[in-house]
Amino acid sequence: MLEISGLHVSVDGKEIIKGLDLKLETGKVHAIMGPNGSGKSTLSYVIAGRDGYEVTAGDILFKGKSIIDLKPEDRAAEGIFLAFQYPVEIPGVANTTFLRESANAVRRYRGEDELDAMQFIRILREKVKELGVSDDLLKRAVNTGFSGGEKKRNEILQMSVLEPSLCVLDETDSGLDIDALKVVSEGVNRLRSPDNTMLVITHYQRLLDYIVPDYVHVLADGRIQRTGGKELALELEQNGYAEFTNAAA
Amino acid sequence: MTTLTDNILPFSDILAAASDNPLGQDLNWLQNMRNANGALYGDMGLPTIKLEDWKYTNLTSLTDTSYRSAIEADGAASIDVMPCVFQKGNPGARLVFVNGMPRLDLSTPDSLPYGVTLEPLAQVALRDPAFLESHMGKVADDKDRSLLALNGAAMNSGYVLHVSKGVVIDSPIEIVFIGGVAEEPLANFPRNLIVLEENSQADIVVHNVGVGVGAYFVNSVNEVSLAQSSRLRMFGVQEDALEATNVSTTCVNVSKDARFSNFNLSLGGRLSRHETYVALQGTGADCKIDGAYLMRGRQHCDNTLRIDHLVPDTSSDVLFKGVLDDESRAVFQGKIVVHRDAQRSDGQMHNKSMLLSDGAEIDTKPELEIYADDVKCSHGAASGHVDETALFYMRSRGIPDAQARNLLIQSFLAQSLDRVTVDLINDALLEKITQWLPATCYRQQEWIEE
Repeated sequence: MLEISGLHVSVDGKEIIKGLDLKLETGKVHAIMGPNGSGKSTLSYVIAGRDGYEVTAGDILFKGKSIIDLKPEDRAAEGIFLAFQYPVEIPGVANTTFLRESANAVRRYRGEDELDAMQFIRILREKVKELGVSDDLLKRAVNTGFSGGEKKRNEILQMSVLEPSLCVLDETDSGLDIDALKVVSEGVNRLRSPDNTMLVITHYQRLLDYIVPDYVHVLADGRIQRTGGKELALELEQNGYAEFTNAAA
Repeated sequence: MTTLTDNILPFSDILAAASDNPLGQDLNWLQNMRNANGALYGDMGLPTIKLEDWKYTNLTSLTDTSYRSAIEADGAASIDVMPCVFQKGNPGARLVFVNGMPRLDLSTPDSLPYGVTLEPLAQVALRDPAFLESHMGKVADDKDRSLLALNGAAMNSGYVLHVSKGVVIDSPIEIVFIGGVAEEPLANFPRNLIVLEENSQADIVVHNVGVGVGAYFVNSVNEVSLAQSSRLRMFGVQEDALEATNVSTTCVNVSKDARFSNFNLSLGGRLSRHETYVALQGTGADCKIDGAYLMRGRQHCDNTLRIDHLVPDTSSDVLFKGVLDDESRAVFQGKIVVHRDAQRSDGQMHNKSMLLSDGAEIDTKPELEIYADDVKCSHGAASGHVDETALFYMRSRGIPDAQARNLLIQSFLAQSLDRVTVDLINDALLEKITQWLPATCYRQQEWIEE
């Protein structure tokens, strides 16, 4: 699904990712864990194509094609979705409008017919029901005044509308209490399929109790330091990241 | 005060011929008013940037062009497509001016309820000169504003809206000024009077629209008098032609428990300046002065206003928001003055601008001047660029860059637009804003590519 090789990324002239290799398999859940400042968020942004994250060496292949020159909107249309750690509030733009603009933009890119308001509402209602999101969230302005849990649920709703093949979840657990965490995780699990790939980026093992990964990678000092199964997360929870940060230093 | 040495005095030939103007030619008091104002203007000249209030807006470009005062014959120009701010037409009354002159054949003032008159100024000067005499120059009576003086001397047109006691007009009245339909640069000096008697209500939309490409000049004065417990909601859509200069002075007296609200959407013109002066004269008087300015190219838009809280228990609320692209420039100068006895005044004033390019500029100066000790007042100003994180968020959802920027501008202006509670007008303003957006054409472009 995604193949990153020898990747170096600089932000404002400072190198954050320093020769990262990572392979994500179709139908699998990969977790990336790492200490603060290890480059976790940078990795998620560079996959999604944020301006200012400069790839100085290496490549990212998505379904076999390099994406490093693609605009963020084109990556989204190709099937990459980034769930934000801090979803952005957009006052004055109704959530439904935003979701439809987003869905139709992706459909246009793919050469599919756009959905009119009625068609879209029908699809949206289904998704909303599936994920147990309250109707109220649709009428309100995008993320505006949403609680932490509502924002994350809204991210999952967007994800289910766009039906991406690669979902990158950046610290989805941050700012969530345990109940919200369960609800959001259930949403993510429902979207798991043999055709898509999840990349779960997290600082704590807690989230991985609910979204159980197939692989765990340790990211420290801008590189993948170790790869293992889900038991690696437990080991990290016990021993911390000292081993890796020391090795890196 | 201005010194006489550096005056700029365009329009002097227009002033010299002002007494020949058929409007009010046989009314002594009006001729006296013209003469007195002509003398004031002669002393002051056009405002220059040496004046504190005019520091950011330079009118010298007006001297580059020689303007002729519009006459009745100029109003006869033919109009191919009648502009209307309402997508589905306006259910209410409408009065149309072409090149500043009233065109009753294009107007429908007859749908107004009993007790309301909406007429061209010249018609009222013939039918009821006493009414004019008792209202003209009574609200806008300042002696040291030269544009006001210029209008007072050169007035050649205008409208009068008079709503009798207790009458409520349901549908918005639409006043349309179509400019630029001429071979040569015309100058218009509309004088408009709005008089609402006790407990009456009206909504009015003033649409300034240019159809030509050449220069023209509009210097209008609105005198608004709101009696006890009346309510006027006024909306301006200014989309003059790109070589046009539009300056206006709106003076409003608000009596006890009367309410005035105004929303000005500025889109057009090379240079525009809207001055608003509100006097809250009776307890319970309330005003809401709002605006949005959307400028591009080298356009310049200035909103200058002053609100006087003269008595206790009055309130004012001001919100101006703007979006500036290219090398456009906007000015906001607002002042709330709470006089000594005006206890428990509530005054809010805010100005926010979004700059889409490094060449755009906003000069903003919200001020409070408070002489009472028990007041609730605040003011603020902010400007910024497009929020890059929000932009990335939208693009990561597949929304193309240009369209995402559009949405962010709409989001920025939503707070202003939400304050326009008349649905019909809200829709009309939203449509105008949407048409202006830099990438509204994205769908059209795609359509062309296909």
